[in-house]
Formats: sequence, C-alpha cells, structure tokens
Amino acid sequence: MIETLKTLEFTPFLLSFKLALMTTLILFVISLPLSWYLSQTRSKMKPLLEAITALPIVLPPSVLGFYILWALSQNSVLGAFFEETFGVQLAFSFTGLVVASCFYSLPFMVQPLQSGFESLNPHMLEASYVAGKSKMHTLFKVALPNMKPALLTASIITFAHTVGEFGVVLMVGGSIPGETKVASVAIYEMVEIMDYTSAHIYSLIMLIIAFVVLLSVYIFNHQYRSRIGIR
Amino acid sequence: MIRIDIGKKLQGANGEMFLDINLQVEEGSFVALSGKSGSGKTSLLRILAGLESASGSIVVGDEVWLAGEKSLAPQKRKIGYVFQDYALFPNMSVEENLFFVKPDPALAKELLDMTELSDMRERLPNTLSGGQQQRVALCRAMMNRPKLLLMDEPLSALDPVMRSKLQDEILRLHKAFGTTTIMVSHDPSEMYRLSSRVLVLENGRLINDGDPKEVLLKTQGSQKFSFEGELLDITKVDVIYVAIVSIGQQLVEVVVSSEEAKKLKVGQRVTVSTKAFAPMIV
Repeated sequence: MIETLKTLEFTPFLLSFKLALMTTLILFVISLPLSWYLSQTRSKMKPLLEAITALPIVLPPSVLGFYILWALSQNSVLGAFFEETFGVQLAFSFTGLVVASCFYSLPFMVQPLQSGFESLNPHMLEASYVAGKSKMHTLFKVALPNMKPALLTASIITFAHTVGEFGVVLMVGGSIPGETKVASVAIYEMVEIMDYTSAHIYSLIMLIIAFVVLLSVYIFNHQYRSRIGIR
Repeated sequence: MIRIDIGKKLQGANGEMFLDINLQVEEGSFVALSGKSGSGKTSLLRILAGLESASGSIVVGDEVWLAGEKSLAPQKRKIGYVFQDYALFPNMSVEENLFFVKPDPALAKELLDMTELSDMRERLPNTLSGGQQQRVALCRAMMNRPKLLLMDEPLSALDPVMRSKLQDEILRLHKAFGTTTIMVSHDPSEMYRLSSRVLVLENGRLINDGDPKEVLLKTQGSQKFSFEGELLDITKVDVIYVAIVSIGQQLVEVVVSSEEAKKLKVGQRVTVSTKAFAPMIV
C-alpha cells in the first residue's frame, strides 16, 4: 500500500483540477450575462434558449462528445480554422477538453445563477433603477452581492461536475498521459488492467475531495443565511 | 403641475381591463389613491415611475416623461418609490441603503433623525422590525430629493400602532420637504389624516375625485355613526339577544331583538349604526 502510494502518479489529479478551474472561470464569465438575461427577459425566445442550455443534462455524454469531436476535428470548419489561425489542434488536446467541458457543464453554471437571479425581490432591483442606477450598476452592486450562495453553488457544482466528467473527456480527449488523461479516465484504465489498489486510492481521494467541497458549500450557505437574517 | 393622460390594456384578475386616466396633480399636494384590488392603482403608480409601459402623456413641470409610446427611463425621472414590501438592499446597512441613492451625509442624517433611526445606522435591514424597515425605505426614497414620491400601500403590512406612528412621520416629512406625493391606501382614516385629495379608481377609471371629506364621509348629512364589522357570535341573555361584532380592532356588544337575531348569521358582514346625538370624544 505504502509502496503504491510512493509510486502513485498525481498528474491526472492536477489535470482534472486545472481543467475544472479553467472551465469554471470561462463559464462564469459567459453564464453571468446569459443567466441575467434569461432571468429578466419576457421574450418568446426564452424557452428555446433555456432548452438549448439544458441539453447537456439529458444528452448521453457520448452523443455530446461525438458532436464536439466532429466539430473540433481538422476536417471540420471550426477545427480547420483553429489549426490554421492559431496553430492549435483541438481534438485530442487539453484546449479541446476545455472547449468540450464548457459545453458539457454549461447548465450547471447557468441554472443555479438563473434561479439565484429569479429569487431576488424584483422590487429591490426596481428600487435601484428608480434611484437612478443603471442595469449594470444594479447587477454588480445589488443583484450579485445578494445572491452569494447561488454564486458559490454555481461555481462549485460546475467545478465538481467537470472533475467528475468521464464520457465527454474520453470521446474528445482520449487518454494521453499529461495532456488529456484526467483522474476519472485514469481510474477507468486502472480498473481495466485490474490494478485495484491504485483504483481504490484514486477513488478514495476523489470521494473525500468531493465530500469536503460539498460540505463547505452547505456550511457557507447555512452561515450566510443566518448572518443576513434569513432563517 | 403634473399632467397625466394615459391608457393601457391590463390583464386583471377579472379579465381584460383598460386603464384610462386623465389627471392633474398640483405641485406639493398629497394625493391618496384608493379602490378595490385589481382596479389599477399599482399599475398607475408603476407607469408614473416608468417601471411599466403605457401610451399617452405624462408631463411633470417642464419635463416630458411620456409622449405617445416614448418613455423616459425610470433612472432619469428623479422619483422616490416606497414599496409595500420595503425592498431594501439586504447586503447594505441602513446608512448604506441611503447612500446608495446619493452619498449625501447631511440629508441622510436629517432623515434618520426625523424618523428616529439614528441609532440603527449600522444595522442590516433584516435585523430591523417591519416598521423600522419601512421607515428606512421612506428615508431612502427621499434621498434624491424626488420631484414625485410614490408609495404603494406603504403601511398595510404594519400593526395599527406602528401604522399611526408612521403616518405621523410621513406627514412630518411631507411638511418638511413639500414633495408631491401619491399614495395608494385602503385605510380611510389614513387617507383622511394624510391627504389633501382622494382619488377612487374602479376598473381602470377614476370614479371619484375630491377632498377627503367629500369622498370619505359616506353618511355626510345624516348625522349617523356607521361601522362595518364581522358578526362573531349571538348569545341569548335572559330575554334579549346580544350580538358580538368585531369592528376594526375592537369587539362590541350590540343588543338585537329575537326577530333580528334569527335573520343574522355568525360570520357575515354587518353594519352597526346609530344616531350621533351625544357622542363623547376622548
């Protein structure tokens, strides 16, 4: 056991967390305006946009992975464009994984943010408009500071969901050590070659991290509510 | 002078309704707006604030707020709006709520002193009582020295004692600042105390407009007291019947004959009236 621990490769974990961190940051920036728009709009387009954002929840990861792989490959317009313009190959690369993860985890960022915005008292936002403040000012000074639990939940769930992703990663990234072989894929391969000791250690680490992260979110939300006086 | 001439189709509780208001409000006056729920009061207030669209015209002094469909943004109207549910910013202290509108410490101090909130400056809104929160909301609405103060049933969520205390404060603020005010209210005594003019709205139209005495004193000239209440109980005492009626915050006993007692049903709305020949006012 100790021997195995000493020789254990931690690169897959680092890759998993790097991927999750980048995905979370990118999605946060993209989802903020999108979910704000979805929460405020009365447009007929809203159900359509909502359905598209929710797609990754119901689609099998292999379907999503297949489409993304197809879109990113050198034979497609997008893949060719990136290859020619930036010299980046998207399929079977870390960059491709980030792009794929952003699609895959989009609903996990948008939906908690949107319900956070929707749970704000609309009169509170109107009070800010009447006080002469722009929508932007209201968003950053009134809306966001009053939905910290939703911000944290959205970020953590997205992060955790990206760490836990398996199907899409395997389809789009394959299992290139140090490039696209993340923890979940590594565990799958260990089980395949019947290296159960390593699989156990990896799985236990994942389990503990996931639990600690979720526990801290719930503790924070609990304390936040009692601090600002909501039971 | 505020000139209002607006129309808007509304989806009310009783189906479609057309809000059609033609109204002029004197500068510095205090107007009470009453009517059944769903009559369009809140919509009128929100249209004046620019929070809802309408067609027609709203002219305030020499400023045009609404011309046809073209509407000035709520941000540019310089109004104060007090919501029924206070709508304070929970992440900011009392003082920060006021400064959010305008960082004017002198005005904030004056307002907080007038409403006896100075000791609560640094408290967060959710740690205050309902009455205190509504006073903060009132102060916040006054922070940009509004041309027009709109209040949507500001006191209806408060108990009678607090309501009466806040009526005093609203009156004091109105006297000190002379802000043109339109307040939605259901409470006749509140309208009588505060306003100089009462409007009654029904199905989107003004059906009554006049000074509070004209509009509110229904039994004018008949020299009668008349109260509406709920019949709680009828008991037989010896040979007479006693009805217990709840009027406002008070329970009263009224003697009724056995014929009357048979006709009355517990739980129904009743009117208790008497000639006012020798009332005592304490």
